[in-house]
Amino acid sequence: MSDWNGQTIDELRGALARGETTSTRLTEACLERIAALNPRLNAFITVTAEAALVAARVADRTRAAGTPVGALHGIPLSLKDLIDQAGVRTSAGSQVRRGVVATSHATITTRLEAAGAVLVGKTNLHEFAFGTTNDDSGFGGARHPLDDTRSPGGSSGGSAIAVRTGMSIASIGTDTGGSIRIPAGVCGVVGFKPEWGDIPTDGVVPLSRQLDHVGPLARTVTDAWLVYETLAGRAPGPADRLEPAPLKGLRFGLLTGYFDTRIADDVRAGVAAAVERLARAGAVIEPVEIPHATDIGPVYLHLVLGDAAAYHAATLEDRPGDYTPPVRLRLEMARYLLAEDYARALRGREVIAGEIDRALVGRVALLCPTLPVTAPPIGAATVPVGEGEEPVRNAMLRFTQPFNVGRQPALSLPCGQSATGLPIGLQMVGARGATALLLQAAAACEQVATGT
Amino acid sequence: MTVDRWLAAAIADAEQRGMPELKPLLQGLAASTATLRAADWNDRGDAAATPAPMPAKVVPT
Repeated sequence: MSDWNGQTIDELRGALARGETTSTRLTEACLERIAALNPRLNAFITVTAEAALVAARVADRTRAAGTPVGALHGIPLSLKDLIDQAGVRTSAGSQVRRGVVATSHATITTRLEAAGAVLVGKTNLHEFAFGTTNDDSGFGGARHPLDDTRSPGGSSGGSAIAVRTGMSIASIGTDTGGSIRIPAGVCGVVGFKPEWGDIPTDGVVPLSRQLDHVGPLARTVTDAWLVYETLAGRAPGPADRLEPAPLKGLRFGLLTGYFDTRIADDVRAGVAAAVERLARAGAVIEPVEIPHATDIGPVYLHLVLGDAAAYHAATLEDRPGDYTPPVRLRLEMARYLLAEDYARALRGREVIAGEIDRALVGRVALLCPTLPVTAPPIGAATVPVGEGEEPVRNAMLRFTQPFNVGRQPALSLPCGQSATGLPIGLQMVGARGATALLLQAAAACEQVATGT
Repeated sequence: MTVDRWLAAAIADAEQRGMPELKPLLQGLAASTATLRAADWNDRGDAAATPAPMPAKVVPT
């Protein structure tokens, strides 16, 4: 693939501006990778090759004519297949939506196209984003790019694979309990969940409207920032850059208690080493605890189940056989939830959000592992964690769902690998209203955290 | 309704609907619901008024 050798959006937009490559060549390179890798990894449900090449040629002509261009001009990106793109199927990874073709763009799709992005296709996901592994998709499970016996994480698993392998340079995912950060952590890319409400979710198939977030998966923090700014409607210019914060003296809270238990040994060691490197580089690391952290799982579960039950009730009645059996069962379970318990969860959400906010006072970010485990084997029901076994779903969600409940911006940074070469993620959580500060801090931590 | 009564009713309904495989999931949900109900931040009709919650947004200094 002569026109893509692991470069970032930031590098490629320079190369495009200097005439060293073209959008057409970059798009062809991504499509070649999809053709070569997708039969094995199943990262894409729909590939829009023809439309992408047309868009890439238009991008090249526009640039050649000297027309001002956006930050993503000519860059091949992908969309998780629950985001509407007019004229293209939106499957949500389910046969329930067989034949559903979007009649208009989601707002975020419009913003990406306005910034010049070239959309190469729609990525695979856990059915209706209701799972953490991508094992259960109406279009077959996706596979980890480094070990195809393992899960790429989910629900935005196809997006993480696409970014890791260069099938697209970045991708747009969604995150209800960790569905951007989990596959990013598992596959070794950057995944950013913005603050709740920051990015419009119209035209996006919901799982829980009060927990859903849209955000980027990318190769670097700067790339994630460029895509995030575009999704947020701020249309960064072609020369705009993210300025890393000076790391020396930055104050971080290292989450303890709930966030420091039942962690696989190699994950614990990898995250501890990254935090130690940050401290040596001048960051101030202070332990901090969330008092009601052990209540987060029940609060999250009751919120997401209640919302998902409402959305799926009609199709569960009319066409239950079109769901994958595991997702159908969990949705049927959700229909037994009592209103009084949903109301308790709403109250709990406020309590936990406030506690996380308080932990962030005077600190640029909170730190913890993105997940307590590395990529689980495909089809595994449980994973070894510490001295016992834990259901895969519980383990994968445990450290990410708190910040969907709390609605703070959070991202996963690669921070090394296990003894078997599987990526480990460091999660950084910022304060509500201070997303720019989080991303500047993450950019400062990026090289230090990876140890490269 | 207590969690135990809710669970028994839910399992009976699932079995009547031909979905006995829901039983372990419902048992897991019941355990989660019990934890939720036991949380010390739950409101009670016979308790003093709860203090105002924290501000919605706290920006680091």
